Amino acid sequence: MSDSSTDTISTPANSAGKDFNLIRLLLEGRAFFALIVIIIVFSILSPNYFSLNNFLVMSSHVAIFGILAIGMLLVILNGGIDLSVGSTLGLSGVFAGFLMQGITLDVFGVVLYPSLWVVVVLTCAMGAFVGLINGVLIAYFKVPAFVATLGVLYVARGVALLMTNGLTYNNLGGKPELGNTGFDWLGFERLFGVPISVILLAVIALIFGLVLSRTAFGRWLYASGGNERAAELSGVPVKGVQVSVYMLSGICAAIAGLILSSQLTSAGPTAGTTYELTAIAAVVIGGAALTGGRGSVQGTLLGAFVIGFLSDGLVIIGISSYWQTVFTGAVIVLAVLLNSVQYTAKSKKPESSAPQPNSPPQGAKAQSADSA
Amino acid sequence: MMGATGEALAFDDNVVLAAHNVAKSYGAVQALRGVNFEIQRGQVTTLFGENGAGKSTLMKILSGVVTPTSGSIILDGNRVTFSSSTDARDHGISIIHQELSLAPNLSVRDNIFMGRELRSATGVDFAEEARQASALMAELEEDINPMTLVEDLRLGQQQIVEIARALSVDSRILIMDEPTSALSATEVEVLFKVIRDLTSRGVSIVYISHHLEEALQITDHAVVLRDGAMTAAASRKDIDLQWIVRNMVGENFDLGRPPGGYDFGDVALSVDDVSVDDGRGHLVVDHLSLNVRAGEIVCIYGLMGAGRTELLEAVAGRVPIAGGTVVLEGRNIAQQSIAQRIGNGLVLVPEDRQRDGLVQTMSVGRNLSLASIGAFVRAFFLNRPMENVLIENSIAKVHIKTSGPEAAIGSLSGGNQQKVVIGKMLTTHPRVLLLDEPSRGIDVGAKAEVFRLLSERAKQGLAVVFSTSEVTECLSIAHRIVVMRRGRIAAQFGADVSKEKIMAASGESVAA
Repeated sequence: MSDSSTDTISTPANSAGKDFNLIRLLLEGRAFFALIVIIIVFSILSPNYFSLNNFLVMSSHVAIFGILAIGMLLVILNGGIDLSVGSTLGLSGVFAGFLMQGITLDVFGVVLYPSLWVVVVLTCAMGAFVGLINGVLIAYFKVPAFVATLGVLYVARGVALLMTNGLTYNNLGGKPELGNTGFDWLGFERLFGVPISVILLAVIALIFGLVLSRTAFGRWLYASGGNERAAELSGVPVKGVQVSVYMLSGICAAIAGLILSSQLTSAGPTAGTTYELTAIAAVVIGGAALTGGRGSVQGTLLGAFVIGFLSDGLVIIGISSYWQTVFTGAVIVLAVLLNSVQYTAKSKKPESSAPQPNSPPQGAKAQSADSA
Repeated sequence: MMGATGEALAFDDNVVLAAHNVAKSYGAVQALRGVNFEIQRGQVTTLFGENGAGKSTLMKILSGVVTPTSGSIILDGNRVTFSSSTDARDHGISIIHQELSLAPNLSVRDNIFMGRELRSATGVDFAEEARQASALMAELEEDINPMTLVEDLRLGQQQIVEIARALSVDSRILIMDEPTSALSATEVEVLFKVIRDLTSRGVSIVYISHHLEEALQITDHAVVLRDGAMTAAASRKDIDLQWIVRNMVGENFDLGRPPGGYDFGDVALSVDDVSVDDGRGHLVVDHLSLNVRAGEIVCIYGLMGAGRTELLEAVAGRVPIAGGTVVLEGRNIAQQSIAQRIGNGLVLVPEDRQRDGLVQTMSVGRNLSLASIGAFVRAFFLNRPMENVLIENSIAKVHIKTSGPEAAIGSLSGGNQQKVVIGKMLTTHPRVLLLDEPSRGIDVGAKAEVFRLLSERAKQGLAVVFSTSEVTECLSIAHRIVVMRRGRIAAQFGADVSKEKIMAASGESVAA
């Protein structure tokens, strides 16, 4: 048979006409449409919802989840999961608070008060370190991502509690004479009327959007998430990519932790509990596949805004927080449901590789030598 | 014989199950085209054919795993349709797949009754299950305790458990897909004895095997498939090995001949005394040495389990070597990573392109550029225009038929997917190209195209090593044929060797 008969085959979408295309459009842009529906519904229900100021306030709430979710997106693109980000967030706040109280060096009899940017850099480094532990456990010791990050979730939370003895750092303001003031800048300051946290989210989204779409690292990440074995055989440093994504996720969690403690003007060891689940939800609502290789920063941002605008909207119209939980859960399930609809539709390929009779089972191959 | 008599045979009392004019296509690929196949009652019918001939597809149709695009299945003279493999099993048809479908973490008893546990008032009647399992084992004359975990059994014993499971549902027709490929000689003896016992009890067997000589020992009838169509059928007394080979491979299709008119260059790849461990102390590649010169095409032939894949993966850096050196153009690369080896000019096109070759979530273009990303990175960022040029060049050079670089990889035919994997590796400008079964699951036209591409590249100085389990492919473009057997080189031949000699060296046949 000549190969010309095996040309590309039209996908079902091409043949099914306009109705299908509309459904497809709605399906692929679902997070966007969901956000618009949320804004319209709440604007009707409450006169206070549709205002620039409210949007900015809601966005500053979204910022924390959005930054966490972007880190989570990297991990999920790689086919992994990072359950430790909520704890890392809490630990980062406590760590920053700890640095702000001054480091007593008994040997020299002095107390060091690191300036603010040092605190920020050290906190991010701490987040990266937590991610490094995750990444090394997963890439080199072959611990399943779920288990490794679950363990780190507990350890990080425990360390945060140990550092403060379960208490909260309330004094993050610093002292002018020590030169470490300005911690509230992240959470309260506005640039051109836009909260710093929102600007930070935009910058991080922009950077990671570029990294994913325009750099070799981004391509490696999509490839190793889509098929790690094929990526490895193509020369992609899959282990390096894996460790990197967990470190980046840790850094994102640390930045989110700094913003949260700045917004609250306090750093508690239990901050950020279950935030990892919200971050995962945002990534999933944004259309990423938990199996890896599919997803985008834009989608994840939309996902974070859907969750944030929905829950703030429910607060504004005065619905009980118990109902909020129910709604959020329903949205997540619906999103995953649509994900599977979308990806099954996409994967209805012609199975052109199907006639592969006698494809040898690898296991049997290995075993055959054994039994011989 | 069979095809000629057509409908009349449907009422033949000796035929227990027949496929009439069965066709099956996957998208644009026709796996089967109007095949007539009959299974004789209480006898062994063997199905011969090369990879991709449609054997497995036909067996999947007969066992209800897939439904045919057209044609009918006749069981005991009545037309039937199977909605699922369970449905087929209820009709007494069982299939034992090449890949055993046992749960290794469960006991023999639990595997035999998996999915149809015997119930009692208090749940599952384990005692009765164990009793029946013991009875089955006794029947098969196999001394296996029903409580043994399947993972603790040798592969041959696992096969017996599969057979026991089929018998426990009173199968009248048992389809065995390559049952001996992983068995030792003594285990094959045991299996054949079991098969003879079964046929004497009226069970009809369909047997599929690449080991022609072995299959001839057990079969009563032979049917040969080639490229999705039946080419011949006969009884055991009328056939011999030559008859099978002739009908299996055909006479006419030309896969090319070794490119000539130039001298080989220096030794490009030198594999010296390399061993590969399977992790359990057994050497799957056993102190093997091989030199390949620039411009030379070497074919590695061997049966399943001969160690071809392990050798190629070890050379490419996928699996660690237990000893020896791998020298690429004078440099020992045995300790280098896959990426370093690719950088130095050694690449592997893996055997299983779905699992190891393609990233299904990425487009055709991105798959093609994946191995050479470094070539179009400028100051941290990917240079899209440069990438597009690289992709377009690659598509044109390896003749990929696609609607464009943005097309989903799944929309391509098997042959074109394979060309994407080859094209991806060729864009890295390799000096040595390893291909593990490059023709697996692609049609004969695409196969010829791939081989033509390889010989063109060899002429330009590329050293090519490809493995195959099909003899005809050895006798096409390869300058040298290396036959592997149990991890070692059993023989080396020039391009003018006969098929029989190659097969004999691999252990496939004792004739010739």
